[in-house]
Amino acid sequence: MARFPEWFHRLGAPKTFYSMTGKWLPWLAGAAAILLCVGTVWGLGFAPQDAKQGNSFRIIYIHVPAAFLALAGYYVMAVAGAVGLIWKMKLAHMVLKAAAPLGAALTFVALFTGALWGKPTWGTYWVWDARITSMLVLFFLYLGVIALHYAYSSTEAASKASAVLALVGTANIPIIYKSVDWWYTLHQPATIKLTQAPSMHPDMFKPLLVMIAGFYCFYALVLLMGTRTEILHRERRTRWVADLAKTGY
Amino acid sequence: MFQFESLAAFIAMGGHGPYVWISYAVTLLTLIWLVIAPIRGRRRLLKNLSHQSRSAVTSGEERS
Amino acid sequence: MAAVSPERSAFSAIVIRDLTLAFRHRGEIANPLIFFVMVATLIPLGVTPEARQLAEIAPGIIWVMALLATLLSTETLFLSDFRDGSLEQMALSSESLWVLVLAKILVHWLISGLPLTLLSPLLGVMLSLPAEGFLTMVASLALGTAALSLIGAIGAALTVAIPRGGLLLSLIVMPLYMPVLIFGASAVQQAVDGMAVGGALAVLGALLAFSLLISPFAAAGALRVSLHG
Repeated sequence: MARFPEWFHRLGAPKTFYSMTGKWLPWLAGAAAILLCVGTVWGLGFAPQDAKQGNSFRIIYIHVPAAFLALAGYYVMAVAGAVGLIWKMKLAHMVLKAAAPLGAALTFVALFTGALWGKPTWGTYWVWDARITSMLVLFFLYLGVIALHYAYSSTEAASKASAVLALVGTANIPIIYKSVDWWYTLHQPATIKLTQAPSMHPDMFKPLLVMIAGFYCFYALVLLMGTRTEILHRERRTRWVADLAKTGY
Repeated sequence: MFQFESLAAFIAMGGHGPYVWISYAVTLLTLIWLVIAPIRGRRRLLKNLSHQSRSAVTSGEERS
Repeated sequence: MAAVSPERSAFSAIVIRDLTLAFRHRGEIANPLIFFVMVATLIPLGVTPEARQLAEIAPGIIWVMALLATLLSTETLFLSDFRDGSLEQMALSSESLWVLVLAKILVHWLISGLPLTLLSPLLGVMLSLPAEGFLTMVASLALGTAALSLIGAIGAALTVAIPRGGLLLSLIVMPLYMPVLIFGASAVQQAVDGMAVGGALAVLGALLAFSLLISPFAAAGALRVSLHG
């Protein structure tokens, strides 16, 4: 058994985690709100418009951060699953439970905004481009984990089973991406290549950075909130949760 | 520098208005739902628990 | 004669036992095959009976149907052993569970993937697959269905304890099937187009090797979760 510093064990105890993260929430919420508001106003109103794409380009400010976190979120989920399986850490299983719907929702946002961006820019809502297809597969992988979790009646079994599935999915993500990429070059249709990174003017890029930072804060905030609710749910028969329920908060 | 000459131009987004605004609206709704879901779950859970504990106390009193 | 290692004997014992059991329920082996042929009949009815158009989509269609037929039979992989408790005994036995799981997967391929592969030339004829594609189709299906059996075993192990887990199994396994489908169908397409197929077949082999490396362990772990929570 590997040794961890003391803070890790303390943070691993659901009760400590709960009271500790309670203090972080307002800060995270404030940071996320400010960054997202500033980034949105900046991106929608003040960033220069793209020479070729016009104003539809402004969708990038939500599309790219959402896609970023959709992918990162799967790894968060898988790492939580691995920690839960290997070190039998209950808190990690709760993080996994909270990360799955969050990641799925962000994947949905990335797909949806991508479709709406594609219509005015490339003339179609959907193309079977390598990145779009991989994103769709990622969405399916998330749905699988969520569905498996809900199918089990025992929380313990649900946690372990979805952790196994998340890990198997992680091993497959690079393979899926590579094969879809190869498949796409094989069938490359006569459309504009989407994989070209548009050369971005710094004035366009700065609000994007703000939005990415905002989405990261938002992700952390919702992940913590979901985990805290899950902690209360799974520890509902303990003394401290009962006391919490009596005092209200 | 604000890129649009008028509010109407801002809303029209050079003809791309519907795409941009629907994207932002759906994203906003999703983010709001993501924040509200755990809050509601937590509130419901705490409410149930406080009901349970109160009924446990009263049933305990009846027995004694 | 050299002494047989205990792993090996347990492995062959499971293979022989499962093959015997499968042979007793021959109907269950036949069902996915009948499904395979029936859907092949639906394609000309639903799309076009015109040979040239059929030939164009045949590689992909045959591969998609082989995938679905494999998926249909995957649900039963651990189910009867789970219900009658023999899986519990296997988990408690001194053998490593993954060896037994691997044996069960091998039998699953022998009674599902292999017959599908052998039957595929018939579908090739029905869907007017050009003659150049046949050999590659059989080779790619042989490699590919083995990989599908291995990947499917993880899903089957995860869902075996869930009542009516069949649909859920499809949901969690299908995304993992996609690379195999891509390279399998592409290999056949390339053969039809007169290109070299070595690359795609090599990748299929690599996918098979990779799933061979991961799947028995993941499935064994998943089975322990299904058995003990």
